[in-house]
Amino acid sequence: MGNMKRKLILLLLTIVANFSAVSIVYAQDGQPGYPTDDDVNRVAKKLYCPVCPNTPLDVCETKACQDWRAQIRDQLSQGWTDQQIIDYFVTQYGERVLAEPQRKGFTSLVWFLPLTAVLIGTGVVYEILKSWRKQKTATTAVSSPPKIPKELLEKIEREIRELD
Amino acid sequence: MLAEIGLISLTIAFIFSLYATFASVYGGWRGRLLWVESARNAALLVVPLLTIPVIVIVYSLYTFDFSLAYVYDVSSRAMSPFLRVAALWGGQQGSVLFWAWLMAAFVGIVLLRKWDRDRELMPYVIFVSMLTTTFFVGVVLFITNPFMRLWHIEGAAELTQALFQPLTSMPYLPEDGNGLNPLLRHFGMIGHPPTTYLGFTGFVIPFAFAMAALITGQSRRDEWILTTRRWTLFAWIFLSIGLILGGRWAYDVLGWGGFWGWDPVENAMLMPWLTGTAFLHSVMMTEKRGMMKKWNMALIILTYSLSLFGTFITRTGVISSVHAFAKTALGPAFFAFIGFTFLGSLTILYLRWDTLKSDHSLESFISREAAFVLQNMLFLAVTFAVFWGTVFPLISELVTGTKITVGPPYFQRVTGPLFFALVLLMGIAPLVAWRKQAARTLGKAIWFPFAASLGIAAIWGASHRMHPASIFGLWLVAFVLSAILAEFWKGVQARRTTRNENPFTALFNLIGRNHRRYGGYIIHLGVVLIATGVIGDAYFKQETQGTISQGEVLSVGGYQLEFRELLGYPGSDGRQIVEAVTSLSQDGPIIRELTPRRDYFVVQEQPVTVPGVYSTPGVDVYVMLIGWDDLGTSATFKIYVNSLINWVWIGGIVMILGTMIATWSNPGQREATYVLKPSVLTSHSLLQEG
Repeated sequence: MGNMKRKLILLLLTIVANFSAVSIVYAQDGQPGYPTDDDVNRVAKKLYCPVCPNTPLDVCETKACQDWRAQIRDQLSQGWTDQQIIDYFVTQYGERVLAEPQRKGFTSLVWFLPLTAVLIGTGVVYEILKSWRKQKTATTAVSSPPKIPKELLEKIEREIRELD
Repeated sequence: MLAEIGLISLTIAFIFSLYATFASVYGGWRGRLLWVESARNAALLVVPLLTIPVIVIVYSLYTFDFSLAYVYDVSSRAMSPFLRVAALWGGQQGSVLFWAWLMAAFVGIVLLRKWDRDRELMPYVIFVSMLTTTFFVGVVLFITNPFMRLWHIEGAAELTQALFQPLTSMPYLPEDGNGLNPLLRHFGMIGHPPTTYLGFTGFVIPFAFAMAALITGQSRRDEWILTTRRWTLFAWIFLSIGLILGGRWAYDVLGWGGFWGWDPVENAMLMPWLTGTAFLHSVMMTEKRGMMKKWNMALIILTYSLSLFGTFITRTGVISSVHAFAKTALGPAFFAFIGFTFLGSLTILYLRWDTLKSDHSLESFISREAAFVLQNMLFLAVTFAVFWGTVFPLISELVTGTKITVGPPYFQRVTGPLFFALVLLMGIAPLVAWRKQAARTLGKAIWFPFAASLGIAAIWGASHRMHPASIFGLWLVAFVLSAILAEFWKGVQARRTTRNENPFTALFNLIGRNHRRYGGYIIHLGVVLIATGVIGDAYFKQETQGTISQGEVLSVGGYQLEFRELLGYPGSDGRQIVEAVTSLSQDGPIIRELTPRRDYFVVQEQPVTVPGVYSTPGVDVYVMLIGWDDLGTSATFKIYVNSLINWVWIGGIVMILGTMIATWSNPGQREATYVLKPSVLTSHSLLQEG
């Protein structure tokens, strides 16, 4: 329901933006040549081609993508902000056009789970290391330390270290 | 006629591998040596039996036998001889056959070389490896058979592919084939796919030995680790080479100025590499200290399952991707087999859990042992993050019905800090002693590299005011680099003072005396260089795009590109070439003439962008021709200034070198293992000698 509403608002915004285009073009007068290819790519980089699998929009060379980039250029020259254009693409073609997954709803799981896994992993590693130390105290208590001359022990240890 | 011979040979190979699988496990279970011997012979015969279909396919590709559907798909008269041979792995059917053949060959080598050494394990080694081989040969035979022919059924609009002539059909013989996907018509085709496959299939050997050790209950003695150490390194280095060559190839042909796009297929290859690297390290813990035996098992199971998963993703296109050129109904079979392998081996591990007790315990949190555990955890965390990001679009679509994209920003953000920690650990861990380390001596070993790295980062950061993360990154590589070089320095100094050697002899002898240790350091050195390239790519990249007329200039990052003229001419392989002649200058004099191109493959109706690149150790200037007007008076260019990117390839070469040194056995020298410890020696006659 909320999603529907958001889409409607966005659509309305799109229409308003289109009507107010003329006045905004004047507002851009201060910057000659705006928008440049680099401005278009800046926005397109954050988007994925809605039709080709796994291709960022700024590098996709299909006809459809060239048209979409032309559209971004028009929208920029009409004074749209980067975010407005991105939102427009999401409403039109769905969440899949976003290069960076959103941090809300079900999609937030993609961010959330690795973080949780790292935290749990750290805990597990700590517990493992602790339990290994416990084993050590347990075993040394049972077996009496072997009686070896100190010099020999040092010699052996030195040799082991050299081999390593 | 030839195709029939290939098909018959393939069928017999399938029967023999099936037989070897069951005969070996029966022989092992009942203790019947004859059955095991027979299984071994059958497994050995599978190698020539699979070689025949491989040769037939290569010959058919080479001689344009377009009656075969596979040849029609991937070969064409315009293709060069080398591409026609490489087309063996250019499509679905051929690559699965190639895969099965490699695997059978590896099993064959093991059966010839290790037969007398690990008798107890052998029945189950044959069982596990031949089970996998049987699956792959079965897939080639029943699902993606490269010997399918083209038929035209009366009245049908489209051609039919079938092994045998369908009713009311005529054989169809096309004049020319479609040929390889234009993106694959590159020199990289000869390197990246075979090395990747060698890496993927190579892991079957350590996996099979691990499973055999578990099944027989021999894992306690850890011999399987020593037996398969070189196989693991072999598989690992080929996977590494495959990754690097793949990156280089993407950089050269995909036309986005980068080498790693976090594409599902790239991730599918990275994951077994990550767990394989963790495995390489955790087996050292077992060798030296008799610890982490359960980790080893879990890691090799994971590595091998992820290798299969990688093949699954690449070959089925289940997660749609630019790399998934070949798509068929292979999915269910593969999915079931991966599930079977993963769950089956985990079950065996669970049943044998008690045989995998550690021989030693942890003495200190500041010790090499603790560093290894931390390293393993970090590698698993990266693997999980990559796995999760790769499959999440699929999960999202299944659960909510929404298609989403998980692009590079996710992977960079999540794995970036983890990789940072791993590289840092790589600098510190080799300085930490086994068992326990006093913090004071560790500090003594670290202060110099630390101070040096701060200095380097400060100077670097001051001259290039960039993203703050770049300064952290540069500090990191400077620190790890100096820590590794300090190790070499210490070793060389010690030899110079004790043996009066000159520095070069000392360095040579130092490496020569302990191949594994210094080979390992050289691999680490390679990783640092790659990390430098990755940091350059992530934080120092500059780009611009613009349309300029003849004589005009487009500038970015201190470089100027002047457009001179546009040429059009026909090229080889059936392509039409449009080439821009440009000159690149750096604040004044012209330094290089660059000719970025756009090749249009007429039959495939596909353009391929060929960049013009000016390459130096510090910077690559990567120019692409994006578009032009009809008269050729103006053209659109995209220019990337890629800093430090060449260090990725240089680092890769260093890694290969290090692995070669590490794999080389030290003749006449015993490796230090945990078996050599004072408490054992007390019961030996050695004590009297001392």
